[in-house]
Amino acid sequence: MREITYAEAINEALSEEMRKDEKIIFLGEDIGVYGGAFGVSRGMLEEFGEERILDTPISEMAITGAAVGAAMTGLRPVVEIMFSDFMTLAMDQLVNQAAKTRFQFGGQVNVPMVLRAPGGSGTGAAEQHSQSLEAWVCHVPGLKVVIPSTPYDAKGLLKSAMRDNNPVVFLEQKLLYRIKGEVPEPGDDYVIPLGKADIKREGTDLTIITYGRMVQRCLETAENFASEGVDIEVIDIRSLVPLDKEGLIASAKKTGKVVIVHEACQTGGYGGELSSVIVDSEAFFYLDAPIKRVGGLDVPIPYNPGLEAEVVPTVDSISRAVRELL
Amino acid sequence: MKVNKKKHLDMYLKMVQTRKFEERAAKLFVQGKVHGTAHFCIGEEATGIGVCSALEEEDYILQTHRGHNQGIGKNMDIKLMMAEFLGKETGYCKGKGGCMHIADFSKGSLGANGIVGGGLPLAVGAALSQKYQKKKNITVGFFGDGAANEGTFHESLNLASIWDLPVLFVCTNNYYGMSNHISKAMNINDIAVRADSYGIRGLSIDGNDLLKVYEETIKARKYVLEQGPMLLVLNTYRWMGHSKSDPQAYRTKKEVEEWKKKCPIKRYSKYLLENKIASQEELTDLDEKAVRDIDAAVEFAENSPEPRIENIFDDVYAD
Repeated sequence: MREITYAEAINEALSEEMRKDEKIIFLGEDIGVYGGAFGVSRGMLEEFGEERILDTPISEMAITGAAVGAAMTGLRPVVEIMFSDFMTLAMDQLVNQAAKTRFQFGGQVNVPMVLRAPGGSGTGAAEQHSQSLEAWVCHVPGLKVVIPSTPYDAKGLLKSAMRDNNPVVFLEQKLLYRIKGEVPEPGDDYVIPLGKADIKREGTDLTIITYGRMVQRCLETAENFASEGVDIEVIDIRSLVPLDKEGLIASAKKTGKVVIVHEACQTGGYGGELSSVIVDSEAFFYLDAPIKRVGGLDVPIPYNPGLEAEVVPTVDSISRAVRELL
Repeated sequence: MKVNKKKHLDMYLKMVQTRKFEERAAKLFVQGKVHGTAHFCIGEEATGIGVCSALEEEDYILQTHRGHNQGIGKNMDIKLMMAEFLGKETGYCKGKGGCMHIADFSKGSLGANGIVGGGLPLAVGAALSQKYQKKKNITVGFFGDGAANEGTFHESLNLASIWDLPVLFVCTNNYYGMSNHISKAMNINDIAVRADSYGIRGLSIDGNDLLKVYEETIKARKYVLEQGPMLLVLNTYRWMGHSKSDPQAYRTKKEVEEWKKKCPIKRYSKYLLENKIASQEELTDLDEKAVRDIDAAVEFAENSPEPRIENIFDDVYAD
């Protein structure tokens, strides 16, 4: 199979859906001639024109709200927020408008939109451009939340998100944009349903539950342990809301040991929810040890590269957690 | 501008219906029949009725939290409004939204908003939709003087301007953001001058003059379709407190009494009588009809079932 990058996979999903559905418009800062801050929308202005690829002023609140208003009136907008940290500037429109519109009006209208934004550290962009804020949006009923870890998943999940009739927050990973992976040819219209976890590595001795950039790191950890004869299962949840609870519970029952890994700060992070899903279920009775969480340190992301690398989970810190359970 | 008698009487009736709706709503509070809150527009009826009466059916409006006049102006069903106010299953939003979040998409009301200025970006998006779909319609984004200091106001006017969208931004300036007088909230006397900053047209008029509001909106609608967004400021006054729990320590009774003398309904009925457009008998008939409509709405609402918790997850997500 051919290999393309994560950024190219997202571009293909956007472009293929836009070719099929005239109702899709795409708004964001510098997505036109510039091609997006991370190059995701390169070539799209040339193909779809200014009417559908809308370069916006630096007004996150207005462009997010404009997407909500357009979604309420027959279009299917996609918004790019340049860094997920800037969702803070659009929070009212996302939380009080997009998420609540359908419910508060008694189901009179849908809000079919996707808000794409890259998150995560590792680029030296420091405190205000490196956060992982997914837990915030997972806490708001009415929103769906997706974080893909491979080019294949990115394309299939984004297509599902764009066909969904709800507001979907699609959190991309800055450090994954340039990684390559196998993706079917453009003619192959595959989609990955939201709410279905993916077992990225099957195993029998311990389950690591993770998502986003940390999937790679957990797979690396699992390979290291394989040489010691420890067989680790790595589950990529892919979609945080809706969550594949059954998939997590089944794996926990199988292995009896669970480590949860995410880059976001540990306190109040989504790992707490993942852990609760397991201990609230019959899987509790199959656990041989406490569930371990490995999250980011409870600090803002620092600038210095040495510090930056150490405040998020590493193969070493994940391995230590695994070893505690063996 | 020539306005036919039917239109005159329709606008008069809608103003009276709004007044009676809210007077009855206030009474239901006193009687302990309503849980929650409401924001009354008594004294401001001419704004929403005048603007919406000048719109086409397929034009959109984004309402404010103080928008019963806007909804009735856009032909919303008073029974369903009252049922929503009482939180009933038969209400516009199945009792989930209350009157701060009321909408009728079939009539072009894209909803009231509980966030000050929250509807303005939505209005920009709805207008973007209209332009993209090549419709010959406009979107009205209602907001108050308080919202003119929110970031959404500035971002939305700018975005509508650079994209040349068919939005009419309508500010109902009632001089108070809850308790804060406009003179303490901005250093300008006329909100309409803010339009200049975004390269769009601004106009400020007497918001208690129904016919003026109606006529200027007819002109503004044409302008917006042909030349792009515009800001229309309607200067008016709310007679009641901000919400049901407002002791109104921030203003004098004298000030309120002075504004009551400028009642938009009395002013319009005087105009209709003096110009022999309608007889006193015709107006009295409409007054009585409005009361009957509200009576019927309350009866409908009170006899409607409560929403059931079994259905609470409906409408959180669409299929």
